[in-house]
Amino acid sequence: MSAEINLTLKVWRQAGPNAEGRFVTYEANGISTDASFLEMLDIVNERLIEAGEEPIVFESDCREGICGTCGLMINGQAHGPQKGTATCQLHMRSFSDGDHIVIEPWRATSFPVLRDLAVDRRAMDAIIGAGGYISVNTGAAADANLTPVPKETADTAFDAAACIGCGACVAACPNSAAQLFTAAKVQHLNLLPQGQAERWARTEAMVETMEAFFGSCTNHGECEEACPKEIPIDFIAWTNRDYIKAKVKNRKLVG
Amino acid sequence: MAQAITRVSAPPPVRSEPKIKLPWPLSIYQTAVGKKWVMGLTGVALLGFIVVHMIGNLHLYEGPLEIHEYAETLRDLGTKLLPRTWLLWIMRIGLIIAFALHIHSAYSLSRMSIAADQRYPGGRNYIAANFASRTMRWTGPIIGLYLFYHLADLTWGWFNPDFVRGDPYHNVSESLSSIPVAILYIVANTALAVHIFHGTWSMFQSLGVNSPRYNHLRRYLAAGLAGIILVGNLSFPIFVQAGVIDDDGRSIVEELQHGAAEEEDH
Repeated sequence: MSAEINLTLKVWRQAGPNAEGRFVTYEANGISTDASFLEMLDIVNERLIEAGEEPIVFESDCREGICGTCGLMINGQAHGPQKGTATCQLHMRSFSDGDHIVIEPWRATSFPVLRDLAVDRRAMDAIIGAGGYISVNTGAAADANLTPVPKETADTAFDAAACIGCGACVAACPNSAAQLFTAAKVQHLNLLPQGQAERWARTEAMVETMEAFFGSCTNHGECEEACPKEIPIDFIAWTNRDYIKAKVKNRKLVG
Repeated sequence: MAQAITRVSAPPPVRSEPKIKLPWPLSIYQTAVGKKWVMGLTGVALLGFIVVHMIGNLHLYEGPLEIHEYAETLRDLGTKLLPRTWLLWIMRIGLIIAFALHIHSAYSLSRMSIAADQRYPGGRNYIAANFASRTMRWTGPIIGLYLFYHLADLTWGWFNPDFVRGDPYHNVSESLSSIPVAILYIVANTALAVHIFHGTWSMFQSLGVNSPRYNHLRRYLAAGLAGIILVGNLSFPIFVQAGVIDDDGRSIVEELQHGAAEEEDH
């Protein structure tokens, strides 16, 4: 059953990267509980435009929880109160009539605010650029199942590959560490046969690029709770292991 | 791979490259994951010491002579191979190095995280982070300061007017019978247990010791170790205050040494 609720929003407004930011309070009345969180913001923005004010800038793309573009700190929780859910998949039925909602952008030194709720996440692209891929000669597509992969390994690699790169792990981390993102991106390739050739070079390059931008993991486990794909921190431990191996192994002997 | 890096523009890095690149394997310590690895390994060594130290101190409950003999046994370790107290000193030096590295890695990683982190002016909710994990940067320095006091009090005897070298029973009962000192020991050892609770679990992650088969045991181990250390270490100030450990200001070791000296005179 759909119902309508009235909300009070406290939204971070910032005119530009170097501008001073502040919270602005908006009344969001008559919001359908079937609306998603982003649709709620769309409604608020339409009203702002009608009133001749600047709409709230936030990022979104697919709105089905698979692209990683959206991401807001909602009441001090990355992607809001519902576990394993991106902001776009969070619905207003998770809130009650009369709720006050604080909405902030992701915060980390390497996630500078561009405007309002949009942040610059290119630091994460730099980590991917350092080794989050496999090098193959393109040509005719290889036969399917040419490379055997055990089912369990494929499942685990897929759990890691579920990472949509939204940055919630960094946002939720008290150290602003990007360990979960990096570990997921390292491990989904390191676990598979196709990723073996570049395994040690990849781990080393991606971890060191991460360290240039983000903080140091202290194993709080906040990232795992914030992750819309519920990626476990086990991948972080395996990446730590791979990193030390990469530093110790003789590449001429292990490839 | 370098080609791809140059194509991505990103905000300026938070952490600059080390000015001097140390030779391998010291270069591993110049990375954050390497430092965490060192922190985990030194943590294992320090934890091992703390467990053995607590168990050894239980000799206090056997009596003044027994704990004195235990202390002498530690000094006699390895005397068939090395001069007396050498093995003890080798272990002490190892511990000092582990302690120094543990503190240095914690300090530099904290600095890195503080530089990378930005506060949420709207406040934030913690879901997974617990009291122990969030207070590591407080419990650590508390333990460090306490350790200094502890050594000055019971090893060097600076703060204890009745200090008798080589008589742990006497020194412990004289020192911990003061209420402020007993409170200090209780607070510091509680901080130690809290530190161990997160440290023990965290160590497995940092060292990459992770397998779904036994992962659930790591929390139990952390809670168990922290609990054992807490109960064992708190028992000493509490039982001194309760009068269970009390030598009425007499030092048995001093009397023994006097007796031995008198016998020599005869």
